[in-house]
Amino acid sequence: MKYGILVNEGPYTHQASDSALAFTKAALEKGHEIFRVFFYHDGVNNGTSLAIPPQDDRHIPNQWSELAKEYNIDLVLCVAAAQRRGLLDESEAKRNSKAASNMIEGFRISGLGQLIEAGIQGDRMVVFGD
Amino acid sequence: MEDGDQVIKKFMYMNRKAPYGTIYAWESLEVVLIAAAFDQDISLVFADDGVYQLMKDQNTEEVGMKNFSKTYSALGDYDIKKIYIEQESLEERGLSLEDLQGLKYEDEDDDWAEKDSIILVSRAELAKVIDEQDVVFSF
Repeated sequence: MKYGILVNEGPYTHQASDSALAFTKAALEKGHEIFRVFFYHDGVNNGTSLAIPPQDDRHIPNQWSELAKEYNIDLVLCVAAAQRRGLLDESEAKRNSKAASNMIEGFRISGLGQLIEAGIQGDRMVVFGD
Repeated sequence: MEDGDQVIKKFMYMNRKAPYGTIYAWESLEVVLIAAAFDQDISLVFADDGVYQLMKDQNTEEVGMKNFSKTYSALGDYDIKKIYIEQESLEERGLSLEDLQGLKYEDEDDDWAEKDSIILVSRAELAKVIDEQDVVFSF
């Protein structure tokens, strides 16, 4: 089965990103394909490189980043949602004359069309959020 | 589902939250406006507090948030013709269709006659419509 995943909530405040991580991991381990994980609303905060959770807690952005590296999956932050919330990759930072970028490795920033494409191309779209 | 090489799927956008207080309603509308460019079969649903998104005469001056309620009236121009409103959600909030803005589209197959996009459905009917979808986004 080919899955599209939508994550609508940020890490820690809400369980949605933990659930999405667990689902994505389980699907990949069972041999399913993850066409794309798209991050929207506060979900874009899953892609920050600046999170420092306490050492005895899970590091959610790192977990996504490692998963992307291990399975070569496509993690996409919505550009409009990311700009609103101050999540920038290097080219976005440069283009908007900002002093720094803060997107963790394994993610990329793109438009909402990537979400619709995941809906069209995937066999299932699974939404994590409220 | 297949139309030549072009896959056409049934996409549903379910709006369940009040228009202000959180950003979900506004960002959901942004998704719908982008999605309209993809030539898919689009339906919108307004249920639960989502019915407040279509209230007439919204005024956001005091809360300092952008009043995006007029954008809904452009949905017809984006070829979005199926807007389901759940009857029980209206009733539970003491509302009726009279309290909501009207939404229209122009039917290209009927000499561009202006037609109503709003379809009032019961909770049970809505469940059937949801069941027919390929992709359901809930915001």
